[in-house]
Amino acid sequence: MSPRLLVPLCAFILLGALLGAGLRLKPREIPSPLIGKAAPAFSLPLLSESQRALASADLKGKVWLLNVWASWCTPCREEHPFLVALAREQIVPIYGLNYKDDPRAAQEWIQRLGNPYAESVLDRDGKVGIDYGVYGVPETFVIDRSGVIRFKHVGPLTREVWTRDLLPIVQQLRS
Amino acid sequence: MLPELGHFALIVALFLGVVLATLPLIGAARNDIAWMGLARPAAQGQFAFIAIGFASLMVSFANNDFSVVNVASNSNSELPMAYRIAATWGSHEGSMLLWVFMLSGWTLAVSLLSRRLPLQMVSRVLGVMGFVSVGFLLFILLTSNPFERMNPPALDGRDLNPLLQDPGMVIHPPMLYMGYVGFAVAFAFAVAALLSGRFDAAWARWSRPWTTAAWMFLTVGIALGSWWAYYELGWGGWWFWDPVENASFMPWLAGTALLHSLAVAEKRGAFKAWTILLAIAAFSLSLLGTFLVRSGVLTSVHAFATDPARGVFILSFLGIVIGGSLSLFAWRAASVGFSGRFDRVSRESLLLVNNVLLVAATGSVMLGTLYPLALDALGLGKISVGTPYFEAVFVPLMAPVVLLMGVGPLARWKSASWADMASRLRWPAMASVAAALVLPWWAGRFSAGVALGLFLAAWVFTSTAALLLARLRGNTLGERWKQLGRSSRSFFGMVVAHLGVGIFIVGVTMVRGFDVESDVKMSTGDHLDIGGYSIRFKGVSESTGPNYVAVQADIDVQRDGGDTFSMKPEKRLYKVQQMPMTEAAIDTGFLRDVYISLGEPLDDKTWTLRVYIKPFVDWIWGGALVMALGGLLAATDRRYRVSRVQSESAESGLAGAAQRIDAQGATP
Amino acid sequence: MTHCAARLVAILLLAVCTLAGAGVAVPVAADPALESRVNTLGAELRCLVCQNQSLADSHAELAVDLKNQIREQLRAGRSEQQVIDYMTERYGDFVLYRPPLKASTVLLWAGPALLVLLGLIALWRSLGRRPGTPEPPALSAADEQRALELLGDPRRDAGA
Repeated sequence: MSPRLLVPLCAFILLGALLGAGLRLKPREIPSPLIGKAAPAFSLPLLSESQRALASADLKGKVWLLNVWASWCTPCREEHPFLVALAREQIVPIYGLNYKDDPRAAQEWIQRLGNPYAESVLDRDGKVGIDYGVYGVPETFVIDRSGVIRFKHVGPLTREVWTRDLLPIVQQLRS
Repeated sequence: MLPELGHFALIVALFLGVVLATLPLIGAARNDIAWMGLARPAAQGQFAFIAIGFASLMVSFANNDFSVVNVASNSNSELPMAYRIAATWGSHEGSMLLWVFMLSGWTLAVSLLSRRLPLQMVSRVLGVMGFVSVGFLLFILLTSNPFERMNPPALDGRDLNPLLQDPGMVIHPPMLYMGYVGFAVAFAFAVAALLSGRFDAAWARWSRPWTTAAWMFLTVGIALGSWWAYYELGWGGWWFWDPVENASFMPWLAGTALLHSLAVAEKRGAFKAWTILLAIAAFSLSLLGTFLVRSGVLTSVHAFATDPARGVFILSFLGIVIGGSLSLFAWRAASVGFSGRFDRVSRESLLLVNNVLLVAATGSVMLGTLYPLALDALGLGKISVGTPYFEAVFVPLMAPVVLLMGVGPLARWKSASWADMASRLRWPAMASVAAALVLPWWAGRFSAGVALGLFLAAWVFTSTAALLLARLRGNTLGERWKQLGRSSRSFFGMVVAHLGVGIFIVGVTMVRGFDVESDVKMSTGDHLDIGGYSIRFKGVSESTGPNYVAVQADIDVQRDGGDTFSMKPEKRLYKVQQMPMTEAAIDTGFLRDVYISLGEPLDDKTWTLRVYIKPFVDWIWGGALVMALGGLLAATDRRYRVSRVQSESAESGLAGAAQRIDAQGATP
Repeated sequence: MTHCAARLVAILLLAVCTLAGAGVAVPVAADPALESRVNTLGAELRCLVCQNQSLADSHAELAVDLKNQIREQLRAGRSEQQVIDYMTERYGDFVLYRPPLKASTVLLWAGPALLVLLGLIALWRSLGRRPGTPEPPALSAADEQRALELLGDPRRDAGA
């Protein structure tokens, strides 16, 4: 039997392995190219007091979470109770980026469901969101003391994801 | 009651499929006439039960039986009847049932139309097709049962996706699946040949009309899909290199290579092993397409709701069918042997260059479609591969194929002369260059792409004319006409199919090079001058359909110095799914389409509109239909309809003589 | 007709036409040339919230936002490449429909040409070393006649 005749079979086996591996991947999740880079600077009005602003520079020196949320976003509602619980544990401050939302609706949402955020800033037109590579709400970033993005999670934050992925990084950054 | 009947019918069909997949194959190996004789009845019985199953689902849809989960998820009481029926295959489960119905239809056809084939071959072919059907029936019954019930029944259905509520939904999937599944016949013939160890030219002759028929349906199916996207999506795009589109295109490319390779195998008995491999590949690509669309592995607008568990099942099935047939190939192909010598320059070798290019094209489409998956699986990041890549890669690959299309038919079998071909092709080459340079200049817009496209199209037309001239030997017009009449239908099939390619190229080139688009705001009474037409917006009115409400624009279109006609684009809101849809108004013409799409209202009198003038766009699908017509002609050639006795004695006694005479009497 | 009367008629006609609303359609885009550049660029970029569509084809909110970004940047004088860099800095290579040429994509871009090359080489070599079957012996004239009769006219089938 000529070895050449085995080539199609071998090629198919490789293809099959590839497809099998593919079944376990998530093709719609986009990895962030910003990990390890400086968090894009922003200076945005606060949700609580639109006269005052918060700049990303103000947060240097702390380890913090940036949570992108909106009142129109259903998965955000799913993760919200966990965020409130997490805020109470006082491990790390959570700052909210209110993305393409109506401030009144956002305030009402917070009042009704609880406020896990140290502060929330308003990104009305979504430009800061684009700078952070936001493509779907909710998203959560871990940012270190020097303002570098260390991790990004897309989708609702759950206890599982927190304990498995974010907490170790946060602990390491704070030590 | 009816869904349960359908479910039960599928189970019986599964049982018959198991019988079909085992006993005739064993019988063929042991030369047991009785067991081999089970193949036809089993195949026919299986068809009957699958038909019952399919019909019961269809009737459930027609009767609005919302106790069936599938009907409740995909239909609605206000959905027009035609779409209720089409919704039968509008879901993953339903489309799998369509798949298996088509497969058993082809199996039935083979069982009925194969009287002249030896029983051993027929039983193997049907057995292999039965094997495939078992896999799909198991898949349906175990993971994708369309007959699941809900209790209590839904009050009404969730409606068919409005994008699918279109005549395209009624014919595109059935045509497409006829093609996809039809390659199972070529596959079964190939596996049967490997199992039997008989690889004479007769095998190629039997396999060819089935392959051509499947190819023809696939061509029509893809063309319909493209046309549907064009008029449905609202901006005139007709091909997006979407993974699911690619999944249908790959079997088509491989199938085209297979058709040409079968020509060599049948005529000259050469490269049979390669042809068998291509037949396996074409159907494997169909199966691969089924996997890609339903497993969630690739993102696509066309993908069904995805479920990795189903993906695992299909992948395992793929492993068994493709892995099995390729193992069989590795084991048995060595004994195929070659026959028929031919020169480095001959029609055979040119057809094989065609094969190399088409297979490379298939590989490139696969490379582009699966590369992001590969990189992701290897942890090397995520990329996207889209239209810019495919166009950059595909056009350079296809251009030589088109060039060969002009050269190949002029080449002699066994040994061709460059000098002879060159002398015949001199004037076509010059005419094509002239067309490429003069026409764009005359039309006022020159670009390399347009020039290339026009060159290739003109090449196809002029070289085909050269071929016909070469065929027509004789001194008077009457003699030449008679000579043409003696050519086989298969020859005309080739000519027509190749002309179809030329027409297709004209369509693509002209629409890319010369279309005009205007994205405008119009108030009642405004007019727009575009591409030689004057468009007048006369306002909007409201209308209702069976399951939607619509705003309809009234637009008058006048060609410079010509008649005025009316076009009415709509914006619909489908009530159940609350989904807005644009229904573009298209005035279809032989030389151009006027395409108007209604946008958004800016105030109560002003709307945004997109107006396109698309020259020759219908030649794209017209060309594809002409290609399919060529396929039909070729598939119904008289030599496939020759009676059994005649063909058997011709093959056994005179194969050698036939080759010799053929070689001598072959076309110049 | 006097000048004045003619002018009056002209003004009246104009007024009537304007009242009838016979205006010319206005392009949606303020600058159609810029818009066409935005769309060309948009066709190269992926809509990240869609099921495989380009920015040019999509009406999703993020797609509209990103197109607005593109428009602003092009208007501000940035080049096409700069806009693409802007997008990839934020979203990675995934946002490009034309995969960049990198070490990891060399196989993708070179693949098609390689396939053709390998195929042609394999074909050339296998054409060269075909053993083929020996030519069948030449037929006598009588045999050839008999064969022609049995086959019908072979020239009908030849060539396709």
